[in-house]
Amino acid sequence: MKVTIDGIEIDVPKGTTILQAARMIGPEVAPPAMCYYSKLKTSGGYCRTCIVKVTKGSAQNPNPMPKPVASCRTEVMDGMEVQNVTSPEILEARKGVVEFLLINHPLDCPVCDQAGECKLQDLGYEHGSVKTRYEFKRREYDMIDIGDKIKLHMNRCILCYRCVKTADQFTDNRLHGVVHRGDASEISTYIEKFITNDFSGNVIDVCPVGALTDRTFRFKQRVWFTKPVDAHCKCDKCSGKVRLWMKGEDVLRVTARKDQWDEVEEFICNTCRYDRKKTADWVIDGPSPIHRSSVISQNHYQHLNELKTQVMKQQKALGFIPIEKRP
Amino acid sequence: MGRKLLIHNDKVPNIHTLDVYRAHGGYASVEKALKTMTPDQVTDEVKKSGLRGRGGAGFPTGLKWSFLAKPEGVARYLVCNADESEPGTFKDRYLMEKIPHALIEGMITSSYALGAKSSYIYIRGEYFYVARIVEKAIEEAYAAGWLGKNILGTDFSHDCYVQVGGGAYICGEETALLESLEGKRGNPRIKPPFPAVAGLYGCPTVVNNVETIAAVCPIVNMGGEEYAKIGIGKSTGTKLISASGHINKPGVYEIELGITVEEFIYSEEYCGGIRNGKKMKAVVAGGSSVPILPTELILKTAKGEPRLMTYESLSDGGFITGTMLGSGGFIVMDEDTSIVKNLFTFTRFYHHESCGQCSPCREGTGWMEKILKKFLNGTAEESDVDLLWDIQSKIEGKTICPLGEAAAWPVAAAIRHFKQEFIDIAKSKKFVDVSHYNRLNKILA
Repeated sequence: MKVTIDGIEIDVPKGTTILQAARMIGPEVAPPAMCYYSKLKTSGGYCRTCIVKVTKGSAQNPNPMPKPVASCRTEVMDGMEVQNVTSPEILEARKGVVEFLLINHPLDCPVCDQAGECKLQDLGYEHGSVKTRYEFKRREYDMIDIGDKIKLHMNRCILCYRCVKTADQFTDNRLHGVVHRGDASEISTYIEKFITNDFSGNVIDVCPVGALTDRTFRFKQRVWFTKPVDAHCKCDKCSGKVRLWMKGEDVLRVTARKDQWDEVEEFICNTCRYDRKKTADWVIDGPSPIHRSSVISQNHYQHLNELKTQVMKQQKALGFIPIEKRP
Repeated sequence: MGRKLLIHNDKVPNIHTLDVYRAHGGYASVEKALKTMTPDQVTDEVKKSGLRGRGGAGFPTGLKWSFLAKPEGVARYLVCNADESEPGTFKDRYLMEKIPHALIEGMITSSYALGAKSSYIYIRGEYFYVARIVEKAIEEAYAAGWLGKNILGTDFSHDCYVQVGGGAYICGEETALLESLEGKRGNPRIKPPFPAVAGLYGCPTVVNNVETIAAVCPIVNMGGEEYAKIGIGKSTGTKLISASGHINKPGVYEIELGITVEEFIYSEEYCGGIRNGKKMKAVVAGGSSVPILPTELILKTAKGEPRLMTYESLSDGGFITGTMLGSGGFIVMDEDTSIVKNLFTFTRFYHHESCGQCSPCREGTGWMEKILKKFLNGTAEESDVDLLWDIQSKIEGKTICPLGEAAAWPVAAAIRHFKQEFIDIAKSKKFVDVSHYNRLNKILA
């Protein structure tokens, strides 16, 4: 099946979604995805950041689709033409979605453990606006400990349903879900039950924001000061292929390996995640690849000067006066 | 007098019982369909009749039925959407409360046409007493052999069940309704697949409104072509309109599609004019989610033609100068009504009823409510009107189900037609609710 995304044609097998096809072309045209997770069945469609415009339905039916569609849940048709970054309308709509996701987000990145590897941060940088137009009190919840290893910080949640689907599909017993309705919805454990499954820790990895964090790593270190290395061990529960986040000789955190799209390659068990925190437990394979959008690569910026000009431009637009020029 | 097909004998005493209903020609369509027609013939009659879904969207029912997938060995279901939750709409309640057997008769005939062995009536939680009435009617129908095994001695067997919902607006959306019926959280599903292919329990399902199903009986009785003669163009047959607001005679009226809006509002047969001799200010023509229209646009289209009570005429001019027939929740507002306050009420409702699945609706509805609250508090700025417009444009069309649009359209229409009212409040920094003072004056006088 031939599909054209932003003017680039690609041949994909039947049943591929627009988002997957765009990812095959490359990160330049791939729409952002906050809730879609290729490893989780029926995920996606909720956050609406991946909306695209279908300007030609298919070869048989060339009519455009009336509304923007969620690219993660729309399968391609032969001869389909899609606009993503080339459509100003879509970029504007995406800006709106990012604004909606942020209006009730606490923006507490300075104290959030996810900062640096947060998808919402990346999305905000790419598609958000500089100022907020929301002037009301933000939604607040109490923090909940889900078991002794996971912290749920509901204020930061964007309700992507990924953790719910992970628990549904990778553990034998889901004990948490979405309760309440509308903007009062929250992820919660029914009657505060603990998640005690062997694979429950994976909900931390799939969470795109800092809503579910690892209690064994909380406030230990900013992620950009740690060094990610790939490692493996012999584990009888999972594949044992993990990523270690190290500072000097210490293993501060263990997570699953993530691919280019920030999706877990292989889910890991709780023993690997929480209990093997010595270098001696692991065979180190080498440094992990670091991706373009990651601030973890802060020391690897190739174009630091360009970045500086950009920042100064933005400051100028905001009317910011540099300290030395202030009266 | 317009012709009535659905509620023509609603004033007959004890019409809710099977005996009285039968004595007034009830269950004739079941007899006719089961004994003299094949299922495809019934579907054809419905197609010929041009009947359009009465729940709001106005999709041709016959076409919807013909989309139903019919794989071998897979059960098919008919689901009746009695989750009438659109504010301003109460026609289904009236029908079920007064003549429950009309619905059950329609369910049997429709199920026969679709080949459904079981059907469900999903009634909203607030209509608990209505559910009791319908349940009782079903019991009667079982006892008299209209439901159950081998109806009328034919090999068609059918079971009908009543399910009471929890009272959520979103469960009126057909896929959310199916989720709720399956016992899950009532979140709309992502389409495709459409219910006609994979609906209830993954089986092909048709979801129809109460009035649509009830309208199948007169269609089978009188023939589709005869039915299509009522009405104008693609709006055929009769429609129940729930009239409310500042009119002399609020209530449920059955109209022939094609009468003028002016006749509907001012004639003694229907609404009987605006109460207390006031002037009309605006009309919401089809339930709270359709765009509000000011008097000059509801009585006449932008082209100057008189507006008719039909699907086409009401939507003439798109959303710039038109609206929709929707579910027939006809809300009339007189000159003392504050559009801003009315809009706040609607928006608060949509905020409360958003399911929370997709972000624009979850966050946007709450935001709009908070901004409108500012208008009521008298703390709004003029720029808030533009902000409101921007927010609604970012919700509309970006969500999974139509609730996002339902929340955005009233805001858009109110700003489009009554922008000055918003600006006046923002400028004067105080909100004066005229209707409240008028009511107070009346009490004092």
